[in-house]
Amino acid sequence: MARVIVNLPKQARRGEVIEIRTLVGHDMETGFRRTQLGELIPRNIISRLVCHYNGVEVFRAELHPAIAANPLLTFTTVATESGSLVFRWSGDHGFTTTHTATILVV
Amino acid sequence: MTSRRAFLIRVCGAVSVAAAGTAAEAQLPPNIAALRKAAIEEAVRKVVGGARLRRGRVKLELPPLIENGNAVPLSVTVASPMTPADHVKAIHVFTEKNPQPNVISAWLGPRAGRAAISMRARIADTGTVIAIAQMSDGSFWSDRVEVVVTLSACLEDGLI
Repeated sequence: MARVIVNLPKQARRGEVIEIRTLVGHDMETGFRRTQLGELIPRNIISRLVCHYNGVEVFRAELHPAIAANPLLTFTTVATESGSLVFRWSGDHGFTTTHTATILVV
Repeated sequence: MTSRRAFLIRVCGAVSVAAAGTAAEAQLPPNIAALRKAAIEEAVRKVVGGARLRRGRVKLELPPLIENGNAVPLSVTVASPMTPADHVKAIHVFTEKNPQPNVISAWLGPRAGRAAISMRARIADTGTVIAIAQMSDGSFWSDRVEVVVTLSACLEDGLI
């Protein structure tokens, strides 16, 4: 299970645009690097992040090897109602990890 | 007066740069510039299709001088009201000199509130970075930035 840090406000006013910052611990091996013996190191990246807000998809991203190691991704959403935001990353070799954050909308 | 440490650092740096240079030349095909140009054009065409790509509305921000290409802070903002009638559907980022031109494709919607994303990218070499925004009305807008990379991502392995 990869280490995940998601940063978003605990509480927001209804209709406020909140910023969400996500960070996952992952090497993002590009598949273009070689070992000292000249063998290609196989690609191993996180290729997708999907964010659901109370079950509705609000953000989706497709990552490529040109994303730096430990992918940090910042995006925004409108605080519509109290509930949960579920972040799901998936990638090569069956990598998946999820994180759930809750938000209180007043 | 050069200290022993400073001298060694300089020598090691010169040797590794020289080694990387020869390795890169050995592995890259001679028409690499044309291949890269074709690759980025193909990637952009896949996103845009036959539509017209216009400059403006998009703001791509990244440092013009990059010391370390392995983690370059990069942000894209698009001028859009982000209403159900008029919003940004997707943001795509490409680089010219990487082995693969794609960096990220992000799909947003009116629920994003603001069309703004940021990330850290790997940029292999001095060249152009392009951001393209796909609007809900089907139009495409773009911004491009020329960057200078001093320490590139991937160079250590001889594949720029």
